[in-house]
Amino acid sequence: MSALRPLDKLPGLNTATILLVGTEDALLQQLADSMLKADCTSELKVHLARSLPLPCSVNRPRIDLIVFVVNLHSKLSLQSVEESLCHLDAAFFLGKVAFLATGAGRDSHCSIHRNTVVKLAHTYRSPLLFCDLEIEDFRAAMAQRLVRLLQICAGHVPGVSALNLLSLMRGSENPSLEDL
Amino acid sequence: MKVKSQREVAQSCLTPAAPWTAAHQAPPSMGFSSAKEMDETLAEFFRRTILKIPMTEMMTILKTWNFLSENQLQTVNFRQRKESIVQDLVLLCEENHASLNDAAHLDIIYTQFHRHQKIWDVFQMSKAPGDDIDLFDMEQFKSSFKKILQRALKNVTVSFRDAEENSVWIRIAWGTQYKKPNQYKPAYVVYYSQTPYAFTSSSRLKSNLPLLGQALTVASKHHQIVKMDLRSRYLDSLKAIVFKQYNQSFETHNCTTSLQEGSLGLDINMDSRIIHENKVEKERVQRVTQEIFGDYPQPRLEFAQYKLETKFKSDLNGGILAEREEPLRCLVKFSSPHLLEALKSLAPAGIADAPLSPLLTCIPNKGKNYFKIRDK
Repeated sequence: MSALRPLDKLPGLNTATILLVGTEDALLQQLADSMLKADCTSELKVHLARSLPLPCSVNRPRIDLIVFVVNLHSKLSLQSVEESLCHLDAAFFLGKVAFLATGAGRDSHCSIHRNTVVKLAHTYRSPLLFCDLEIEDFRAAMAQRLVRLLQICAGHVPGVSALNLLSLMRGSENPSLEDL
Repeated sequence: MKVKSQREVAQSCLTPAAPWTAAHQAPPSMGFSSAKEMDETLAEFFRRTILKIPMTEMMTILKTWNFLSENQLQTVNFRQRKESIVQDLVLLCEENHASLNDAAHLDIIYTQFHRHQKIWDVFQMSKAPGDDIDLFDMEQFKSSFKKILQRALKNVTVSFRDAEENSVWIRIAWGTQYKKPNQYKPAYVVYYSQTPYAFTSSSRLKSNLPLLGQALTVASKHHQIVKMDLRSRYLDSLKAIVFKQYNQSFETHNCTTSLQEGSLGLDINMDSRIIHENKVEKERVQRVTQEIFGDYPQPRLEFAQYKLETKFKSDLNGGILAEREEPLRCLVKFSSPHLLEALKSLAPAGIADAPLSPLLTCIPNKGKNYFKIRDK
């Protein structure tokens, strides 16, 4: 039950592992299926978890990217993500963590304000992605994007590392966020 | 030719001139209309009742009604427009000298087929402690029930239809001392004679509810009647809850196998590249959900309502609300096309923690979906 560390295991050959953390299992499962359908030269592995810390497991491969899925319709999902973040080693936040907010399309059902997740992502200096996972086309597009991110974080793309990616992605964010 | 007593005719026929506002009694001669002529308002009632029936169910309902013979039905061309078919059927009813009673029977059958169009309340009767257990006589119940209503309100149409499991469907069209019964807003009561339970469709004419309760209680030889806090459109689900039949499933074998297949199916269909970290927790949630809700299909309710009347409690000292003596009133309503199945799927979907609050899970056990919560 120790905190997850990014570099405490050796990487597998041509393998990239992503960990999706979120309370709604059905959404995570669908996203995982979409990711595995995407074209990828590396071998992908997807781990799904409800929250951190993860149960002890010696067989778990090295985790290259963690995506926290927050459903804007459910305060419980945000609460669970916030509690999980405490169990993560600080080194992960150097490009190996991303936040994914879903459900923004149906504004009337949202009980969490958009800015709350924006602030959360800003606090942890990690990129925030928005996607309505319930819509298949958006989900497929997001899955491809995540696969690309994962390959970079696993070091399979020559010339780009996770840290580079972080600064590249931050550049595209709204500059006024720095004032928050 | 049917022979009816003058009194019966006067009560059951409608005045043609001003249907619902007439202050005068229908003269007895009105009843003995000529062979082909039916009372206009009665014909209109037939027309509207038959028009309500969807074409897909028309033959089934007419056959269940069993008033028009096979030969007569064959003379009707069912390929024309619906209005024409209905006109032909009304003419056939006139030929057979259909009475208000027959129309009421057709209305009952239509409602039996479309029971979910009404919202049903549940009443529970009880006997006084010293009462003997009499043998139930259906005919005596019916005549007693009818007499009580007719004694109180001169103008009322009461019709009965026996149904399965010793139950009877009662249709009541309410009138007043001075007005003829309104046939278009009847109340329905379904009484299961071997039980103390009766289900009534919520009528808009609420003032007649005490009289209805009294008639039911006295006619069925009970002492007291109480309205339960249970209401739904789905009569069969209400039955299942009240008679505690919801935890028996005819397809028990299929249910258990499908559950196992379901959980195994997740593993087989799932890519081996997807790994669930919290398998233990998932299995715990499934187990807890199954313990609470069981394997069987849940009875169908559309909402649960909780009325809160509790004083405000706060950890912070002071504050405006903390000093308030009166309780805060608050209403929470859960609605869903199938409430109990939705509650059952909350924990496995990750939207709520398992086990759910007992206030939600006790609904079928306690037979209530209206709750009042007060400070202890």
